[in-house]
Amino acid sequence: MTQLLEVTDLTKHFPVRSGAFRSGVGVKAVDRVSFSVDAGQTLGLVGESGCGKSTTGRMLMRLLQPTSGSIRLDGREISELRRSDLQEYRRQVQMVFQNPSSSLNPRQSVGSAIAAPLLAQRITPRGGVKAAVRDLMDRVGLRPDHYNRFPHEFSGGQKQRVGIARALALNPRLIICDEPVSALDVSVQAQVINLLEDIQRDTGVAYVFIAHDLSVVKHFAHRVAVMYLGRIMEHGETREVFDTPRHPYTQALLSAVPKADPAADRSGRIRLTGDLPSPTDPPSGCVFRSRCQLRPRLDPERAALCADSVPGGTIACHHHTTGM
Amino acid sequence: MLDPHVPPSRTPRADPSVPTAEQVATLSPPSATTPPAPSSAAEPAGARTLLGTAWLRIRRSRVAVGSLVVVALIVLFAILAPVLSAIEGQDPYTSLTGPDYLDGVDTPGLPLSYYRYPSTDHWLGLEPGLGRDIFARMAYGARISLVIALLSTMVSVFLGTVIGAAAGYFGGKVDMVISRVMDLFLAFPHLLLVLSLTPILQSRLGGTALDSGSLLPVASLVIILGFFGWAYLARVVRGQVLSLREQEFVEAARAYGASRRSIIFRQIIPNVMGVVLVYATMLIPTNITAEAALSFLGVGVKDPTPSWGQILNAAQAGNWYLSDPWFLAVPAGALVITVLAFNLLGDAVRDALDPKSSRH
Repeated sequence: MTQLLEVTDLTKHFPVRSGAFRSGVGVKAVDRVSFSVDAGQTLGLVGESGCGKSTTGRMLMRLLQPTSGSIRLDGREISELRRSDLQEYRRQVQMVFQNPSSSLNPRQSVGSAIAAPLLAQRITPRGGVKAAVRDLMDRVGLRPDHYNRFPHEFSGGQKQRVGIARALALNPRLIICDEPVSALDVSVQAQVINLLEDIQRDTGVAYVFIAHDLSVVKHFAHRVAVMYLGRIMEHGETREVFDTPRHPYTQALLSAVPKADPAADRSGRIRLTGDLPSPTDPPSGCVFRSRCQLRPRLDPERAALCADSVPGGTIACHHHTTGM
Repeated sequence: MLDPHVPPSRTPRADPSVPTAEQVATLSPPSATTPPAPSSAAEPAGARTLLGTAWLRIRRSRVAVGSLVVVALIVLFAILAPVLSAIEGQDPYTSLTGPDYLDGVDTPGLPLSYYRYPSTDHWLGLEPGLGRDIFARMAYGARISLVIALLSTMVSVFLGTVIGAAAGYFGGKVDMVISRVMDLFLAFPHLLLVLSLTPILQSRLGGTALDSGSLLPVASLVIILGFFGWAYLARVVRGQVLSLREQEFVEAARAYGASRRSIIFRQIIPNVMGVVLVYATMLIPTNITAEAALSFLGVGVKDPTPSWGQILNAAQAGNWYLSDPWFLAVPAGALVITVLAFNLLGDAVRDALDPKSSRH
């Protein structure tokens, strides 16, 4: 499997100005995040809200400029690209947004929304745009007579199909899906996920799939990265991570997945205590240590380790190797 | 419109991935009957049918229809000025003076006026003093007054939309500079400024020796009124754009590499047009009044070119209104009716376009 995207130590700080004090306080929305995506594969990026997964997606799309770190597509650094190179990059990487209603211009017909990338990139001769758009609409399951309709005439699932068609228009190699189904009904979620899977099978496109719904990711992603407070806690093959989660945060997250069976044993459920720390002032060392269910059970000597910064690797915990 | 190459197939595709639930959803009637989706204030609910729904609401309001009819009549009156004067058999410039047109004498024995009151020859009578036909002057004056109001409104709306959109979209320092300029414009005492600037502009444009009947005063009024009317609209548009540019569809446009120009003109501006339309209908009567005021004060349209403000000025200038109040009543009444009609229409348009007003 060839590596398509490689992200190393990607960091985004947002300055915070409070009142008259222009202190240097900043939110580390994303802090030294590293992962990679292989061609034709799906990486699931999961975590609770505010953990920096959408910020990461927007940096990959270069909608946000990273503070530091590198993003490489086919080994080529893209975090500093300018105009024409960036335009070229946007043909390779596209994005599907979370809210199907606000991601479509209410005053633009569906056909012209899908045609817009083709016109902006000038890759299809003007005469061929209409046919290309009809082809795209067909691929995502929209009828040709939807061409001149406006977004408000569609259901959420159909709007998301329009968003997917628009992302597909440039025939990209990577699509960043920022919670593409979390605003949809459960029944429609499955249809959209199936559509994304069909597209991947047909075109070999890779996905970075941002979600907070673990069951969707489990079904869909080849690899998964779990984020907490701007950092990746655990990163690995989906099956491995779901079957044998090794980071205490992953364990807590997985145990919180609702079980459909009322008779199921819930004794193994891990309840995290305390609130999510403020991202302006995260705990030093391991960011999860203030809520870690493991720490009270550690002997003091090892618990002290948690205040040290966590070494890089696929599991950001001082203790995972030594077991619990 | 649909491409003729595409068969108008209504049959559902055989592809099993096509969701039946969604097809059912498409069959439901458009948003006019479905409850509006919960949306932020910035998100224009109802989208394209916005104008359709607005039109429906206007048609259902008696005040709106009435004011629309009056406005249409006034516009027709202006457009058909040559036709109407031809039917009357008069023109706005010929002085009809002399004993034939004398209407009577007042107590000291001075000639009062020429045919001051409406008659079959002169539907609204004759001007005192110069003896020109008032109906013809009102009709041609309506052209000038409306053209000034419409053109200056267009100038204001264009400036306000573009400047406001630039401030909202670019933000930062651009926004700061533009916002301060807006504050400055809004803080100025307009009338004083316009009174002092108009003569300067007119002499700069055409020298002091104005041909009689020159359109220069009209042009300078358009420029002055247009240039001083944009700031408020710009502020409103700026606010709208500030929230629109954070919407995901603008991010999506950036993601596929749309140019800034295309984002502003194709993604953002179409979404502020509703607000702009409302503001424009409110600005027209303001500009009609402003034209009248300036011409009345003698810095606007000059005799012999007729405009409603100029006719008012003529009535006031020779103290004619003392002996011949009819001459003052005609342009004043026309102004009141016109401004009232435009204002009521503006209110109706605002109500009709307001997504928060109850749907009926």
